[in-house]
Amino acid sequence: MSELDNQLSLAIHGKPTAAVTYNRTASLKKMRFRENVLAYTFLAPSLFLFAIFLFYPILKSVYLSLHSTDPTGQVAAYVGLDNFKELFSSGLFWNGMKVTAMFSLLTVPTSILLALLLAALTHNLRWGKRGFQFAFSLPLVLAVGTSSIIWKFLFHPSLGMLNYFLGLAGVAPIPWLVSPEWALLSVSLMTVWMNLGFNYIILSSGLQGIPDELYESAKIDGAGAVTMFRIITMPLLSPTLFFVVLVSIISAFQSFGQINILTSGGPMDSTSVFVFSIFQESFINFRFGAGSTQALMLFLVILLLTYIQFKWVERKVHYQ
Amino acid sequence: MKKLTAGQAALYIALAIMAVLVLYPVIYTFFMAVMTPAQASAYPPYIVPHSLNLANFIQVFDLVPVGTFVGNTFLVSAIVMIGQLVTASMAAYAFAKMEFKGKALMFSLFVSTMMIPWEVAMIPNYLVIRNLNWLDTYQGLIVPFLATAFGTFLLRQFFLQLPKELFEAAKVDGCGHIRYFLFHVLPLSRPALGTLAVYSFLNMYNSYLWPLLITNSDKMRTVQIGISMLQYQESTSWNLVFAGISIVILPSLLLLVFGLKQLVRGMAAGALKG
Repeated sequence: MSELDNQLSLAIHGKPTAAVTYNRTASLKKMRFRENVLAYTFLAPSLFLFAIFLFYPILKSVYLSLHSTDPTGQVAAYVGLDNFKELFSSGLFWNGMKVTAMFSLLTVPTSILLALLLAALTHNLRWGKRGFQFAFSLPLVLAVGTSSIIWKFLFHPSLGMLNYFLGLAGVAPIPWLVSPEWALLSVSLMTVWMNLGFNYIILSSGLQGIPDELYESAKIDGAGAVTMFRIITMPLLSPTLFFVVLVSIISAFQSFGQINILTSGGPMDSTSVFVFSIFQESFINFRFGAGSTQALMLFLVILLLTYIQFKWVERKVHYQ
Repeated sequence: MKKLTAGQAALYIALAIMAVLVLYPVIYTFFMAVMTPAQASAYPPYIVPHSLNLANFIQVFDLVPVGTFVGNTFLVSAIVMIGQLVTASMAAYAFAKMEFKGKALMFSLFVSTMMIPWEVAMIPNYLVIRNLNWLDTYQGLIVPFLATAFGTFLLRQFFLQLPKELFEAAKVDGCGHIRYFLFHVLPLSRPALGTLAVYSFLNMYNSYLWPLLITNSDKMRTVQIGISMLQYQESTSWNLVFAGISIVILPSLLLLVFGLKQLVRGMAAGALKG
């Protein structure tokens, strides 16, 4: 007791209190410092890898886009904005934009609508639900490499199954991958199939998240299927739908594998999407400067598209 | 069970037709894989195989080193998966449970990397890997992918949901950050770690452009590149090509059967962030 009194009285006297608080702040400071060091140690591996394989490359891309390079990839000369001027004047950029935009228009809405329809139809199945879910999400796990090879055979002009089935139905064979009119459509058909799995799974789990009671009470109020879809499903699904649209557009602009395997950008550049054009310029023609210029433009286009969607489309999205 | 109404029957028929259409490329692959060479290149083509030529699955190993392709891909995917789990969980812990200077800045730096299309970094990365003499090596396939912003974000969201009281209690017991991270947070986060594991494994197993750029010997090829190279071989027996494809897609199909739940959860988490 007396000891405690002593301490208390001492504390009132000022000086020792300062020492105690000083000690406490010192150890607190030390703890904070230690936590800072530890936190950055935890971040270090990721930061280090990002720095080398992401941040440095972006800066290097800017640098390369202002230079011409020799076939070994060494910088040959500073050319200012010549790469950009050439990209625009040669029509390469606009052709790439046109093909990529067409490709996105052909694949994104079709794949999402189809997936939405299938997700809605399988949502309330009483039996066989798992089987259908397995079937419709299957393309998700198949890689672009193997899928493209399989489809290349299906598209084969004489031995391919697609033309054979068309023949059975009395339709003349279609020059799927070999005619400039059909090539982009064919690649899009395959891409819709490939993206179906992802879209189906995401939209299915979005539908799962809508409480059944809402439908029950709407039914009691006499709402039909279409009305329920319009006033319950659409608003509540809109965040998921927004996500799917965003991801689909970005991935359409990044498509490469199926193009490279099915058509190699041809015939007559009719399927030369953006990333294929970057690949061709950099790793076939070995013009790293020109390739980097295109890559930077792709970055800007994707950034712009994402910005537009967040700015204009997301306002219509209903978050709970 | 109620009787099936006409409408429901129509629904099931429509769904069954759709399912067959979606599954057809895979069914076709397995059918081709068991045909004889003559059947595989016959015209009119056989819709259903008239034989069960299982020897194809053995012969394909003589045609192309499928074993090496699959082995390479599994090795690379497994190391990347483990690496991503380590780097992402550490970074995620720092963001979720620690206070430090510049946290907001660092976090926005991480999030911003998710906005960068990987193709923009592709050319300089290729040059870096070439300068390191890592072309056609495992390091070249692995190291650029050891960190993941998406994974960090996914795990951070999960770590944030862990109750605060848990950390307070652990602190009272004299448990520091490192021990708390290793012995409390990680074991509790198995579902999220599982999701990231499946996601990153699948991503690596299926990647195409990067392995295409930096591998050029059969010894180093991954599955996707090796298989797609088959189309250039002259005098190829297509039944063998499809036997190879069947072997390659089998792990993915198994993953779909057993890991669908994990995958859905992971992608739903991804959807939430959007």
